[in-house]
Formats: sequence, structure tokens, C-alpha cells
Amino acid sequence: MTTPIEIIESDDPLANPWRVALVRPDGRPAVHETDERYVMTFPHLILREIILFQVVVIVLSLAAILFNAPLESIANPVETPNPAKAPWYFLGLQELLHYFPPVVAGVVLPALVGICLVVIPYWRVNLEGAPLWAAPSRWKAPAIAASVILLSILFAAFSCWPIVIPTVIIGVAMFAAHAVRPGGRWQWLWGVTLPEWIMTWFVVIAVVLTVIGTFFRGPGWSWVWPWMDAPRG
Amino acid sequence: MTVGEWVRNTSVYRSVIRHGIAPTNRNRSLIIFENLFLHVHPVKVREKTLRFTHTFWLGGITLASTIILVATGILLMFYYHPSVPQAYRDMKELQYVVDNGVFLRNLHRWSAHLMVFSAFLHMLRVFYHRAYRPPRQFNWVVGVVLLLLTLLLSYTGYLLPWDQLAFWGVSVGTNMAKQAPLVGERVRFFLLGGNIVSENALLRFYVLHCVVLPVALLLLISVHIWRVRKDGGVQGPPDDERRSL
Repeated sequence: MTTPIEIIESDDPLANPWRVALVRPDGRPAVHETDERYVMTFPHLILREIILFQVVVIVLSLAAILFNAPLESIANPVETPNPAKAPWYFLGLQELLHYFPPVVAGVVLPALVGICLVVIPYWRVNLEGAPLWAAPSRWKAPAIAASVILLSILFAAFSCWPIVIPTVIIGVAMFAAHAVRPGGRWQWLWGVTLPEWIMTWFVVIAVVLTVIGTFFRGPGWSWVWPWMDAPRG
Repeated sequence: MTVGEWVRNTSVYRSVIRHGIAPTNRNRSLIIFENLFLHVHPVKVREKTLRFTHTFWLGGITLASTIILVATGILLMFYYHPSVPQAYRDMKELQYVVDNGVFLRNLHRWSAHLMVFSAFLHMLRVFYHRAYRPPRQFNWVVGVVLLLLTLLLSYTGYLLPWDQLAFWGVSVGTNMAKQAPLVGERVRFFLLGGNIVSENALLRFYVLHCVVLPVALLLLISVHIWRVRKDGGVQGPPDDERRSL
């Protein structure tokens, strides 16, 4: 083994360092070897980017020709439409308002989602990428079962079934992943990591809530079937 | 020699684009690193990153819709007054008076939906490919902030047509903000310039939508894309990363 080289970093702003590398007789100047294939950015990447942009422009132009943006009558602060709906990407939140006190649905839950998203890359379990059941552990199964049951009870207490049902399904799927046989059709299920289970749980709930808020809510935020003629308020 | 080749050999053209027209790899490199905008790319890229399934081009789709939104948004600003009731009348002007006004507004509207949707899918793609792992942690955080800015942009723009949909959609949303403990009422007053959605709110949302948020978005997009390169290029599925290590 070579003796480690001691590196002294200068703190003199007038210093003009000029040694760029020290190649010792027993070392090699090569830093990193790779067998990856590289291509020139121009034309390979640049042309693809141009084509992508053109495809997006064409698709959106067709949409703009075929479908008109909604425009209702002029804003009237004394005439409240029923239901008054936020834009579609906030309808999941608005649907939550139906189950929870406003401070929970409007502040606590969105803030939790935001914090959880930001800390993802700083959480060790997210970096390892090990399948959920890869490392056998005595506490893992009971802890997961307890979490799923507690979350289900918590949300059931608010009768928030659009969250309870996905929670139970994801919980069952997590334990099903434990039982899958290698080589079978469901082998991929075994490889799913804990953060992937949690994100999938979040995405399923977000989609379910948004779809319900968009299509299944009518006057007074009552349940309507979108294929039936809903009385419009 | 074609006309194009002649033009590209004139001294004026060569004063702008310095490199020659010969199809050599040296010139292909110069195209990239002598251009401020293309400079976010390295001269060569890993071949596998060009595969569709590597990124599904979702970041690219989001950026493309952003560019369309800026272009159509500037054109719409020429026809829009952020005041009550002129804002709504301007919608009618777009509909009945302005050439291609309906097309312009539709394009802006659908591009905005696509931007929210593709930004969300882009985030999911990065998550399931585990592309947030070191050295890309900070770029993930920048991306989350960008998603938030995208939602705020879409939301502030939602009020501008000043129709029933806009007014009540924004009322519902800002009533939620009111629920935040301690600061809720103040934040809402600050956003709306009053206690209800009024023409003060329209003006504030207009300034946020057309100046503050787009500037913040474009700055952060620059950081985001620059960091992609600094962090080693786009990261695809984790499996092929494992193979290459």
C-alpha cells in the first residue's frame, strides 16, 4: 500500500498554486475507467430536444383548437355557485375539508406532505434502496402492521374512507410482498422498498381524492355520480 | 455550395457563430460550448440517457410547456387589464375581437394544466428511479420548490379571468389559508389586499402571476438544469446505475 498523501489547503489569497497533479511511480494518472458509450450532444440530444418541443407545441395546439377553456359569467361575490370548486389540483385538498377540521385539511396535512417531500433525499432508508423484507428483523412486521392499523383507525375515526381503503390495500400488499415466491409473476413486488410503498400509498390517496373531488361531488359537496344528470346549483 | 453554406461562411455570420460549417466533432463540440444556452449540456452525453424510458422526457415536457406559457402569457398581457370589471371584458374581447384570441387563451390554459401534470409525473419518475440520491439531494429540494411555484403560478393565474369559476375557486383556496394558526388571517390579508377577494386581490395576483413568480421560476429552473449537469447528468433507472458502478 502507498502511504497517504498529506494535503495542505492554502488560505493565502495571494498564493498561486500550480501543481495540478502528483503522479507517483506506483500510481496511475487515470481517475475513472468506464465502458459507457458516449455520443455527441449535437446532433443527438439537441435534435431530440427540438423534436420534443415541437411535439408538445403540436399536441397543445390541437388541444387548444379542439377544446375551449372554460369561461363562466362575470364574478359575482353575492351569488355563490354550488358547489364552489378550486382548480383540479387542489380538489384533493378540498375533498379533505369534507372529513377534517379546516386547520388539519388546509394546513397540517399539506405542510406534512411538503416536509416529507423535502426530506426524502436526507433520510437513510431512502438512500439504501433495499427491498422491504430484504433484511430479516423481528420488529419489522409488527411495526408495519401496527402502523397500518393505527393509520386506518385514525382516518376511520374521521370517516375518511378514501384514505382508509387505500391504506388497508397497501398494507395487505406489503405483507403479500413478503409471501411472493421468487421466479413467479409477482416477483417484482418483493423488490419494492419501504419508501416506494409509502410514496405509492400517498399517490393512490392523492389520485383517489382528486378524482372524487373533481367528478363525484355536487351541490353541498354531496356525492353524485358523474354519469347521472346532477342538479346544478 | 448551397445558399445556407454561403451564408454561414460570410464574415458577419462568422462573427456571431465563430465555428466553421465542416461536420467535424470539433465543430459539434463548439456548437455546444460556445453557446450560452446550450452550454448547460456537456459536449458528449451517455448514449443510454437518450432512451425514452430513461427519463420519459418528463422534465423536458415540463420545460417545453413553461416556454409556451411564457410566450402565450406575454401575448395575453397585451390584451389584459387587471381591474374590475375590465378583466372579464378582456376575456370577451379575446373571444370576439382579438384575432386568434380564443386559441391564445386555450393554449395558455392547456399548457398550464400540462405543466402541473408533467411536473408531478417528473417528480414521481425521479422518485421511483431513486434519482434523488447523492449527489442529487439538493436538486430534489430545488425540484420540490419548483413544483410549489408551479402550483402557485397556476393558482394565481386562475383568478385573472375574473369569472365565477375564478372568483369562487380562489375564494375556496384562500379560505383554507385563513385556517393556519397565528399567521393565517394575516397571510390571507396580505395576499388579497383585503378581507375578501376583490380588485385589490386581482391586482396582487396579477403582479405575482406575471412578474414575481415567473422570475423566481425561471431562476430556479436555471439552477435546476445547471445542477443536473453538475451532478453528472440525468439519472435513469437504478438498475443500470448498479451495473455501471
